[in-house]
Amino acid sequence: MPSIETYNSNAENQWCPGCPNFGILQAVKKAFVDLDKKPDQICLVSGIGQAAKLPHYLRCNLFNGLHGRAIPVASGIQVANPNLTTLVVTGDGDCYGEGGNHFIHAIRRNPNITVMVHNNEIYALTKGQASPTTPLGEKRSLQVKGVDIEPLNMPMIAITNNCTFVARGFARKIDHLKTILVEAVKHPGLSYVDVIQPCITWGTRPVAWYEERVQELGEDHDSGDKKAALEKALITDDTIPIGILYRTEPRSAFAHRYRSEVTEGPLAEMPAMEADQLKDILSRYIP
Amino acid sequence: MKDLNVVIAGSAGEGIQTIGEILSHTLCRQGYSVFAWQEYESRIRGGQNSYSIRVGEEPNNAPLLSADILLALNEGAAKKYEGLLKEEGVLISQNKGTDGMIAIPFDEIAKEEVGGGIYANTVAVGALINVLGVDLETLNAVLERTFSEKGEEVLKANYKAAEKGFERAERDCGDRCPWTLPPRDTRHAFISGNEAIPIAAAYAGCRFISAYPMTPSTGIITALAKAQERFGVFAEQAEDEIAAINMALGAGYGGARAMTATSGGGFALMVEGISLAGMTETPLVIVLGQRPGPATGLPTRTAQGDLLFAINAGHGEFPKMVLAASDPKDAFQKTVRAFNMADKYQIPVILLTDQLLADAHYSFRDFENFDNPVYHLADPSQIEEYKRYQLSPDGISPRLYPGQSGHLVCVDSDEHDEEGHITEDLSGIVQAMVEKRLAKFQKLRSEVNPPEEVYSEDVEFILVGWGSSRPAILEGIELLKQEDIRAGMIHFTELWPLPEYHFPEGVALWTVENNATGQLARLLRSEFGLSFEGTLHRYDGLPLTGEYIRSQIHAQHRNV
Ligand code: SF4
Repeated sequence: MPSIETYNSNAENQWCPGCPNFGILQAVKKAFVDLDKKPDQICLVSGIGQAAKLPHYLRCNLFNGLHGRAIPVASGIQVANPNLTTLVVTGDGDCYGEGGNHFIHAIRRNPNITVMVHNNEIYALTKGQASPTTPLGEKRSLQVKGVDIEPLNMPMIAITNNCTFVARGFARKIDHLKTILVEAVKHPGLSYVDVIQPCITWGTRPVAWYEERVQELGEDHDSGDKKAALEKALITDDTIPIGILYRTEPRSAFAHRYRSEVTEGPLAEMPAMEADQLKDILSRYIP
Repeated sequence: MKDLNVVIAGSAGEGIQTIGEILSHTLCRQGYSVFAWQEYESRIRGGQNSYSIRVGEEPNNAPLLSADILLALNEGAAKKYEGLLKEEGVLISQNKGTDGMIAIPFDEIAKEEVGGGIYANTVAVGALINVLGVDLETLNAVLERTFSEKGEEVLKANYKAAEKGFERAERDCGDRCPWTLPPRDTRHAFISGNEAIPIAAAYAGCRFISAYPMTPSTGIITALAKAQERFGVFAEQAEDEIAAINMALGAGYGGARAMTATSGGGFALMVEGISLAGMTETPLVIVLGQRPGPATGLPTRTAQGDLLFAINAGHGEFPKMVLAASDPKDAFQKTVRAFNMADKYQIPVILLTDQLLADAHYSFRDFENFDNPVYHLADPSQIEEYKRYQLSPDGISPRLYPGQSGHLVCVDSDEHDEEGHITEDLSGIVQAMVEKRLAKFQKLRSEVNPPEEVYSEDVEFILVGWGSSRPAILEGIELLKQEDIRAGMIHFTELWPLPEYHFPEGVALWTVENNATGQLARLLRSEFGLSFEGTLHRYDGLPLTGEYIRSQIHAQHRNV
């Protein structure tokens, strides 16, 4: 049985002291303990940004790629080796900005991965420019007169396009987030968790602002009800609902058909083409 | 016999491809070597396109310009392509028109004597078969192969259509069509670049392709998707080329031999991914099917315009390999080589093709004896403490894939330490990692094959070329020889890194390229300090041909 220490990495942490990212890291480790996953069974994939550094702070397989491109990489890994538990760790700039196209197509493609977005509503690593989720009116170095384009609500987009697992967590509610992550990983196909992670250096509002508004979904929330889910996905000035917003019957996952018809296991373990088979194929090209 | 050239011309949607394919297969079956290539506009219907079939006894896989026989499916086609006809050539047309043409109303015959306009194409092939002096039986065998799946009735109608066309040509052509192609014993493989590459990839152990459709490389992912079960290759149409290359990199990291295929514009989007492959040291094969640019250029035409782009693709300094196949057989061999080298050196390998090589069908006496796939994954049981980027004298670190064993596989696009973790230790590991990656380049260079040399001591000049222009250059040399002009060839198919190579001294060098600026010339000038007597270009979207090379030599170099 793994413990939290199982996942301790000795890479030096580069986050600001006190950053809510530490809470997310803790929640991820706890989730893997609960899921009883060994480090070599886990593969974390990330792009660029503060969130994208997380895989280094966990002992596991990792692919830290390019800005916005983690989802395609993770989709490829999942096809190549379906036995791995593959998670994308990304931020709002990474996933909703640079990688927005890939995220939307991942909803269609439905790879069996979990996408966890550290949503701090800001570009932190490039020092505080607006991100696709920065609230209207925020003045930033590039948004000199204040943000005047509408922020994205990606959970709503995911729900309307029938992503079959959509949740929102809060970096300061570690155990709650852990429970969401455990369910997300278990869910076949794409599971998506947007995590509110107030940045204490560049953030738009103090952590307390979020703490006052975060509201755990109660037993009465029917996550199978799309309309109710959409309602809960909405963030207002008063409440930020967290929990599993939407969960429905899994759709057939990316490469499912290939796996059922060709191979269930890692592609690297498939037998090579025989010389006879090649000969037979080439013979068709002699008219 | 001298090679014959049959050109079939018509609008898109009129069936020139069907006619061309059936005729090509029939001639192959008759024992001849066939080279078939198409030029077409970027549209689904209309326009005027051509399908040229070169027939000979021995493989001569270069396009011919002049036509012995022109089959025009409409008046516009006759007008557009009539100029290609040799003096003694014959124009066969659907419509009555200019003097001297043979008019055969394929459509009418099909409707009235066979039972439907859809058989007009087979009527046309029947006529051509007669004109070429080939038996109907050979054609019938090909028709059987082509149509048997569509049922007895359709097959019978096609037999009838062929016969009607054959008879009509027999009646109308008379002694104006002196050709005869009696059956021969030889059998050639007849294959295009886009057919050879997917098979080679599957044979080389490729298990994953993700690509975004783009002419002229689309055929590669299409073929792999169709043969998904038989070949065992997973094929995905990505949302864009950026996703395509990143997915392939994910699969490569995950232990599967992976590839993508695209053309210039798509390749431009893949460039950041190529750099990522370089930094993470993830093996990847990228087929770059060239067509004229910049931007969308001429989408369905051919060019060799992306050589320097491919060589320079990716920011930062890292080793990669660039290969350019000369024909489908070479493309097969190079595809296997690309996978082997990508795997051995853990680098991106770019295989250059172009629209000509991708789409044209070439003939080969022997399409066999290819290299075997060689795998370089490390054995986890032999490793105690695993470091993905372990320093080594030749820069090659043992590669494992995640989930293969208890060892963890960590890769990073940031500069990293031996374990794959981000580092900014400038005075320590950073420099060693740069050197480690570049060390692979040195070793790789020693494995690059030198160019092919075709020349003797008494040549007046040597044509230096690369990639798909090989057959045209060889033909150009042959044509010049008939005029007592002695030329040789040095031909590159492995272009980056360039091999250690000594160019002959005291003989004029010309580069021959399907581009406007002489990219090979620039490369060789900068790498070898060579100077060139001349550069011979073609950049109108059409392929180099022997005749074109000959005429350019005459135009530019009268004193040879
Ligand atoms: S800049 Fe913000 S998000 Fe980044 S580590 Fe510091 S507090 Fe966390």
